[in-house]
Amino acid sequence: MSDATLTKKTEPKPEEFTNNEYEAGFVTDIDSDTLPPGLNEDVIRHISAKKDEPEWLLNWRLEAFRHWLTMSEPHWAHVQYDKIDFQSISYYSAPKSQEDGPKSLDEIDPKLLETYEKLGIPLREQEFLAGVAVDAVFDSVSVATTFKGKLKDAGVIFCPISEAVRDYPELVQQYLGSVVPSGDNFYAALNSAVFTDGSFVYIPKGVRCPMELSTYFRINALNTGQFERTLIIADEGAYVSYLEGCTAPQRDENQLHAAVVELVLLDDAQIKYATVQNWYPGDENGLGGIYNFVTKRADCRGPRSKVSWTQVETGSAITWKYPSCVLRGDDSVGEFYSVALTKMRQEADTGTKMIHIGKNTKSTIVSKGIAAGHGQQAYRGLVRIGKNADGARNFTQCDSLLIGDTCGAHTFPYVEVKNPTATMEHEATTSKIGEDQLFYCRQRGISEEDAVNMIVNGFCKDVFNELPMEFAVEANRLMEVSLEGAVG
Amino acid sequence: MLKIENLHASVAGKEILKGINLEIGAGEVHAIMGPNGSGKSTLSNVIAGRDGYKVTAGSVTYNGKDLLAMEPEERAWEGVFLAFQYPVEIPGVNNTYMLKAGVNAKRKHQGEQELDAIDFMQLVKEKAKLVELNESFLSRGVNEGFSGGEKKRNEIFQMAVLEPSLALLDETDSGLDIDALRIVANGVNKLRREDRSIVMVTHYQRLLDYIEPDFVHVLADGQILKSGDKSLALELESRGYDWVKEEAAA
Repeated sequence: MSDATLTKKTEPKPEEFTNNEYEAGFVTDIDSDTLPPGLNEDVIRHISAKKDEPEWLLNWRLEAFRHWLTMSEPHWAHVQYDKIDFQSISYYSAPKSQEDGPKSLDEIDPKLLETYEKLGIPLREQEFLAGVAVDAVFDSVSVATTFKGKLKDAGVIFCPISEAVRDYPELVQQYLGSVVPSGDNFYAALNSAVFTDGSFVYIPKGVRCPMELSTYFRINALNTGQFERTLIIADEGAYVSYLEGCTAPQRDENQLHAAVVELVLLDDAQIKYATVQNWYPGDENGLGGIYNFVTKRADCRGPRSKVSWTQVETGSAITWKYPSCVLRGDDSVGEFYSVALTKMRQEADTGTKMIHIGKNTKSTIVSKGIAAGHGQQAYRGLVRIGKNADGARNFTQCDSLLIGDTCGAHTFPYVEVKNPTATMEHEATTSKIGEDQLFYCRQRGISEEDAVNMIVNGFCKDVFNELPMEFAVEANRLMEVSLEGAVG
Repeated sequence: MLKIENLHASVAGKEILKGINLEIGAGEVHAIMGPNGSGKSTLSNVIAGRDGYKVTAGSVTYNGKDLLAMEPEERAWEGVFLAFQYPVEIPGVNNTYMLKAGVNAKRKHQGEQELDAIDFMQLVKEKAKLVELNESFLSRGVNEGFSGGEKKRNEIFQMAVLEPSLALLDETDSGLDIDALRIVANGVNKLRREDRSIVMVTHYQRLLDYIEPDFVHVLADGQILKSGDKSLALELESRGYDWVKEEAAA
């Protein structure tokens, strides 16, 4: 969704293409209502009051917070960073012009419209890609949601989660935290305590959502964390394809983004969830960048339901996320397609969990990791076949591509099989962009830079094929890799 | 066309080429033969500009330009083509897509308009017939899962599409059975033109039965020891290389 990186197709000299400039790195100068840094129960009460939340939600937040205080930061991931001072972060920031909640598209602050336009996301419906509805989240609040009317005609609810709390409290209360409980892990607990906005989607029984839904997350304010929460419910036989994109300004400070995404699938439902993550990655010395610590989980409750996660992770200083599938319903299917690129000093520890509970459940994992520069890359995946999951099948393929010899790739597969009828397949490769592949392309007249990009994109092809067309093109562009010292 | 003078080159500090002198005129077909390790492949790689081959002395002039000063892709744009001895696989990169990028980079360099997808497909289908390459190969990954013979055919197909003025065929015959050899050789013969020079590097006379050279050179221990016409190849076939070395040493 981050059409932000409109690439300049000039011909850079080799020394110039070390790093593609981060083109979404601008700051929008806008008056914001920002809470001073710090986290305590008053801050949580303040957020809840700002959003005019019912009592039950405030209590849910406070309970999560109290639980969080007893937890300690996880350190098992293969990433390194300085300790985060959770008291130095501001937990709420919203443009002043949006104080009364999302307005109609005509009333939006022109500065916000301009911001999204600059990122390639026009919010005026007639200008946007036909067939894609957008929820735009700016710092802690949703500033606009397009095509709400058209979707409502089809019975689809697509709105900011704060609005859903107000308008559809029974749905929210029924499902919020039912996939990722508030105490699930350190960052999920933190998110449950302080989440500010995010998208809510409900697709009713038997409805095929008539358009692609997408949420575009933008962090703008300084020293602010973004803690969004997305909840998607696909009722029996429903279908939806959902996309999310993310960018942030270029800053020397690290910023925290700790999101929770919950997907609920009832009988025969299908959700396709795609992410193009392009948060600011920091500079070549590792200064600045987003810490992207995210919990994403889909619960295939109904038989024959099917979920697929597709992610293209190119941004963030540190990425720590494992979109997972709980395959509870018999014959349910979980898929995970991932491309993660780490360059400069970026680190990523990402993968998935496939929890097979129902009979004849099936999962597919295709993970492509690319490391360049001083980037560090880890695939971490769990496949668990429960004792009742007769006939469960998993196929895992995880490939790593190294560009240069100062980067690293690591694989941590975990397999737990408690049912003897399971079928497991695992393939893994690690390769280096070969001098011979590059020379072959150059001998055919393709510049070194174009050759690297061609080889990297070829490597990612199985995953890009899973993305909707426009986003596949975008993903291709985001994958432009630097080359300096890439080939020995 | 191509003039190589006193060319010395080393790989990993070891001198492989020890003073090559060779002149190739437009439209000529030259065969370079020699025992294993004589420097045949090194010569093709140096001309094409592969990294890791260090030129320590001498010059290579191509159409009046200093070839050694150019990047590999610039050499390609100027019309130098290398059919690889071991064509590499590039998974996921569509064969036609890669070739189109190459053709259009060259056209751009020459100030010509780039070909669009439709015109390019037409060109490619026409050229594929030349080496009897099944169209299904066009949409596969570059050399991905191709047999040895298919890879070599793909090389000559690429040559046909890129229309080079200097084609270096590095052991294009190795690993081919008789039928495949005939098909590849027929393809090359159809690509012979007055303004296109071809240099074939080979171990065996066999290839020369199909593609008749104007000149044959014997390369041994980094130097061209003897040059002649195609009868020299026949003589090598029956007598081996030792007599050439002895003659040169005398």
